[in-house]
Amino acid sequence: MRIVFKTSYDADIRLFKHGPQAFWYLLLLAVAIALPFLIGEFWLGEFTSMLVWAIAGMGLMLLVGHTGQASLGHAAFLAVGAYANVLLQLKLGLPFLLSLPLAGVAAGIAGALIAIPTTKLHGIYMAIATLAISILTEDIIVILAPWTGGVNGLFAPDIEIFGYGFNRYGNITGMYWLYLAITVLIVLAYRNILRSPLGRSFFAVRDSEISAQAMGVNVPRTRTLAFALSCAITGIAGALMGHFSGIFNNETFNIVISITMLLMIVIGGVGFIQGAFVGAIVIVFLPQAISFSRDALSGIFGGSGPSIPGLESGLFGAILILVILFEPMGIYGRWLKIRTYFELFPFYRRDMFRRQKSYLKTERMR
Amino acid sequence: MSLLELENVTLRFGGLTAVDNVSFSVEEGEVFALVGPNGAGKSTIFNMISRFYTPAAGDIRFDGHSLLGRKRHDIARLGIARTFQNIELFEHATVLQNLLVGRHTHRRSNVLSELLFLPSVRREEHRHREAVEKVIDFLDLQHYREKFIAGLPYGVRKVVEMGRALAIEPRLLMLDEPASGLSVEETQDVAFWIEDIKKVMGITVLMVEHDMSLVSAVSDRVMALADGKRLALGTPAEVQNDPAVIEAYIGTDDDAEDAA
Repeated sequence: MRIVFKTSYDADIRLFKHGPQAFWYLLLLAVAIALPFLIGEFWLGEFTSMLVWAIAGMGLMLLVGHTGQASLGHAAFLAVGAYANVLLQLKLGLPFLLSLPLAGVAAGIAGALIAIPTTKLHGIYMAIATLAISILTEDIIVILAPWTGGVNGLFAPDIEIFGYGFNRYGNITGMYWLYLAITVLIVLAYRNILRSPLGRSFFAVRDSEISAQAMGVNVPRTRTLAFALSCAITGIAGALMGHFSGIFNNETFNIVISITMLLMIVIGGVGFIQGAFVGAIVIVFLPQAISFSRDALSGIFGGSGPSIPGLESGLFGAILILVILFEPMGIYGRWLKIRTYFELFPFYRRDMFRRQKSYLKTERMR
Repeated sequence: MSLLELENVTLRFGGLTAVDNVSFSVEEGEVFALVGPNGAGKSTIFNMISRFYTPAAGDIRFDGHSLLGRKRHDIARLGIARTFQNIELFEHATVLQNLLVGRHTHRRSNVLSELLFLPSVRREEHRHREAVEKVIDFLDLQHYREKFIAGLPYGVRKVVEMGRALAIEPRLLMLDEPASGLSVEETQDVAFWIEDIKKVMGITVLMVEHDMSLVSAVSDRVMALADGKRLALGTPAEVQNDPAVIEAYIGTDDDAEDAA
């Protein structure tokens, strides 16, 4: 087991807890940067898509994992980001470097406007309200056809930064690096939120609104702010998604995407930034794994291989049920437990990560 | 001028009058205890001062200004901290993080500087941490600093909640049953801490407590309530010997004869 000797308050503030942790994360970053030299263009495209999903997941994680509010309508904010980004470029001629953050701001403002009436709601009611917003957004895109192209969709131009073009088919390596850089920046901003008073006010609202108020936290304002920040990050993901897929319409950001985002963070591990990445890996690479194993099966048995409709969503559902039943902390939470098991070997206790919520109730029954 | 004044405060829940025309004032630097049987309205008075309930009549003044126009989250900023009867800690956070939330009213940084984690934010975090470490030393919580609340025993949670209220650096500390569910030793610790909070930190304490040994050990004045009405107010000894208080707690001689 590692014992970290802390000699200053900065030990609890800095980004990495100890040297080896910094080493592993920097190694991961180095591998991520070197990835275009290691794998082919197709897989690089998949990894780029994974980064976009991870950013979207981080947006939702901030809301669900760290502020305790459910949203079933986050695809709406992907849409706001995607449309705002492309329209700012096409109609106002803004460069990508300006339109991307502005798309985030637009999605953030949209989120704040929706949060003001909905933050009074909790749990399932909040989920229903956001679900309605997601469905409404699809219709609004069709109604605003002169701007959004309606069902015909909108073409996203190539990303251009100082005359250097980024395109999925022409220059996937450049696009990957660009998206990686944006991902790293967002992870840093997320970490900064978590280690500052703002992040603490978020989890205060999540765990007990009543005592958050007694500590001087303005609960409606904090919940609105969390929603706005979450939507801003999601909006940036939407803008990147638009450039990645090249064309999008009202059906690109439908309700299934909202649910997929929620599944992603639950499977990955609610409450961990890493959980958003693990979830993104699962939802991007699971379809690949399915088609890969299907090809392998047809190689063994001959013929075109079994083609089962709905296999993908069936597997997603099965994984989700297994995660909720056996590992509520998600895949990343399971990894933490395995790591702790080996770090403490042989002193790991089975109830080490068990929540002791029932403790209080029995204690007060006397 | 008194630090906290309640003037003819009444609160009704439907047909039930939970607090009936109660007046009292807490002087700066004293320990003031509210006692009474269950349902007497003690916690309700706390919740009115915290602005969770609004009285139907009367006024609550802190430092000469009425609290009734204030929002719930403004109360801590004015210098009133509180604990809860059922412990309302942030379960999925560490003790340290819980105490740091208590520093929220002292936050000077804004959202943008925190997103970038500017050096000013870091300096401010150091100041918050220093203030919190003083509380940790005072309450002997060093051992639990990095522990998650969800795994802590009941007694420690009670102390953490008191620490979180102290981290606010309040002028008035409201403790709702600080010794309920604690062992005799832990209750003695609480008594010493309340003494020190009053004498060393100079914080006024208003508390609700059932344990009369703790009440008589630490309080300067006691007010007894029953059914939302004030029964007696005075030193602990005076209140304990007040006929109306004895009647409310154990009944009169007549009742005893009737029962026999």
